[in-house]
Amino acid sequence: MSLLESIRIALGAIRGNALRSALTILMIVIGVGCVIIGAAFGSGTQAAVQEQMNTLGTNVLSIWPGQSFGRGGVASSNRVSLTIDDYDALRRDSQFLSAVVPELRSGRQVKFGNKNIYGTVTGTTPNYMAVNNRELTHGRMITQSDLAARRRVAVLGYSIPTSLEFAPTSLLGRDISIGRIIFKVIGVFAEVGSSYGGPSVDDAIYIPLTTARFRVFGSDRLGSLSAEVKENIGVDMAMVDIERVLRREHKIRPGDPNDFTIMNRGVFSDMMQSITSTLSTYIIGILAISLLIGAIGILSIMLVSVTERTREIGVRKALGATRGNILTQFIVEAITLGALGGLFGIILGWLGSEAISSQFDMPLIVEMQTVLIAVAVSVSVGFLAGVWPAYLASRLDPIEALRHD
Amino acid sequence: MFENEEKRFEVRRIKLWGSYKPTRSIDKTLMATPDPSASTDSPPAGQVIDLQSIHKNYDMGSETIHALNGVDCRMEVNEYVAIMGPSGSGKSTLMNIIGCLDRPSTGEYWLAGENVSKLNDKALARVRNRMIGFVFQTFNLLSKSNALQNVETPLLYSGIGRRERRNRALEALERVGLGDRTFHKPSELSGGQRQRVAVARALVNDPAILLADEPTGNLDTRTGEDIMALFEELYSAGQTIILVTHEPEIAVRAKRHIHLRDGEVTEDYLVENG
Repeated sequence: MSLLESIRIALGAIRGNALRSALTILMIVIGVGCVIIGAAFGSGTQAAVQEQMNTLGTNVLSIWPGQSFGRGGVASSNRVSLTIDDYDALRRDSQFLSAVVPELRSGRQVKFGNKNIYGTVTGTTPNYMAVNNRELTHGRMITQSDLAARRRVAVLGYSIPTSLEFAPTSLLGRDISIGRIIFKVIGVFAEVGSSYGGPSVDDAIYIPLTTARFRVFGSDRLGSLSAEVKENIGVDMAMVDIERVLRREHKIRPGDPNDFTIMNRGVFSDMMQSITSTLSTYIIGILAISLLIGAIGILSIMLVSVTERTREIGVRKALGATRGNILTQFIVEAITLGALGGLFGIILGWLGSEAISSQFDMPLIVEMQTVLIAVAVSVSVGFLAGVWPAYLASRLDPIEALRHD
Repeated sequence: MFENEEKRFEVRRIKLWGSYKPTRSIDKTLMATPDPSASTDSPPAGQVIDLQSIHKNYDMGSETIHALNGVDCRMEVNEYVAIMGPSGSGKSTLMNIIGCLDRPSTGEYWLAGENVSKLNDKALARVRNRMIGFVFQTFNLLSKSNALQNVETPLLYSGIGRRERRNRALEALERVGLGDRTFHKPSELSGGQRQRVAVARALVNDPAILLADEPTGNLDTRTGEDIMALFEELYSAGQTIILVTHEPEIAVRAKRHIHLRDGEVTEDYLVENG
């Protein structure tokens, strides 16, 4: 008897008990579905981090006010500050930095026509673009002369025109109101996409640092600084350099902790990697547990099935089925159950990943490798759960089996 | 005896769930493949069944039950035999041995020139598949399969290809007058029709013997008559038929009666009704 025939008989038996079979494989469906979604989340995150690393490079350091996250979170912000003086000091005194970019940030009401949105307004310098690897789709970036003249000009993040429901091209040269001050739109940035470890830059509006300081916020307190490390200089050396300059600037006594945090952007990727790997461990855990339960489900149903179909087994044996035939029939049936569970689980996981991707703007990537592993594992689960019941079935004495009712 | 059978049945059912010591003693030497040299004393052509002092013993712990006590019997091709006897006479045991579902404890059973009393399980399955067509009292159709699939089942185990299987199954269904019920499930057929499907299934592999166990036991008188008429038709076409029954009015259709009592043949005679 061919394998195809065995599968046909198995499918017939499964169809004959459609509801029960569906309930049997439900656990495998859910398990495989969860694993596919989890793995897709991991792959997506990794891909996003990778992409970010590729665009940003690893030679850019971020400096944040407050203590390291590792020591119980950011210290109170009114005590600790990072100011434009620090920016000047770094530019002046650091030996290993090729560029320093200040970001003076605050939320402001943004109005255009009758549209009204709330956005992050960032005061910065022209080199922001080069250091952060940003590109413009329209118009120009802030210039030194804008800075010197404290001009009210604004470069919009990618999402802003959409939020204002206006085409980027027609926004160029128009006036928008930022915190009741009129600015001229001079450019629009290209999309960055989801960013990890910072506010979404697509939703921000960029204005000259001087304008932000003197005309809009009236503050010199920076949200953060970016520093580009000189070529051929180690990131660690640059960090020591920054620490030296800032500790002196802040008059921190030896032995006292820093009131700022220097972050290597590679740390973000490390963080994401470690989250991903933790996630992977959980995924394997979920997989193991759900498949164990799934296997027990299949096992118990197959045992019931063998008892229930004792007479059928007897009849088949009387008609010439060998032990091997019966063994194959029941194992194939269990494998088919497992495979169906895997198949529906993959469909569920794929649909779920798609839904989450589109709903939450998170990149989820279902990889072929995951799918193949899911198939292989569910088939193996079916096989393992089927062996014992199939063996019992094959050992039945045809005479006893025929008498069974 | 009957009580013992019941008890034995109960004990066996436990087998599915755990280790259990077989209650039936099977001589290990009988499990071996047949010795080729033994085939020198094969029976003459035309003889389909040769039972030589068949014994079947069941070991019931303290006592041994002799279900068959030296049965000797020969049957020719195209005989129509009824095996009769009361409950506990050993006729079920004999039927199981003739049907190759069981092996004799001692004695030899030659089926169509082959000594099948020493075959292993796999070889016995093959013999059942090719040589024996079973018809049961309770039809024993596969309830989830339609008539055609039921009839195809023995061919499936013979490893016959899809197309030929289908053709032969259709042919067999035509032969029992069910050509128009091919795709009906057993639940959609009447009792008589179900038994006809079972007969078609028994015939589909062109067996040496058609072995029917109380084939009319679950049918009303008129439908039973129809099935017996079908048997007669098959007999006329050259089929060897063995009927196991305790109903004299059914047995009377056969051409030869074998009576069993306490595991022994008490009477064996030809019926002169034509």
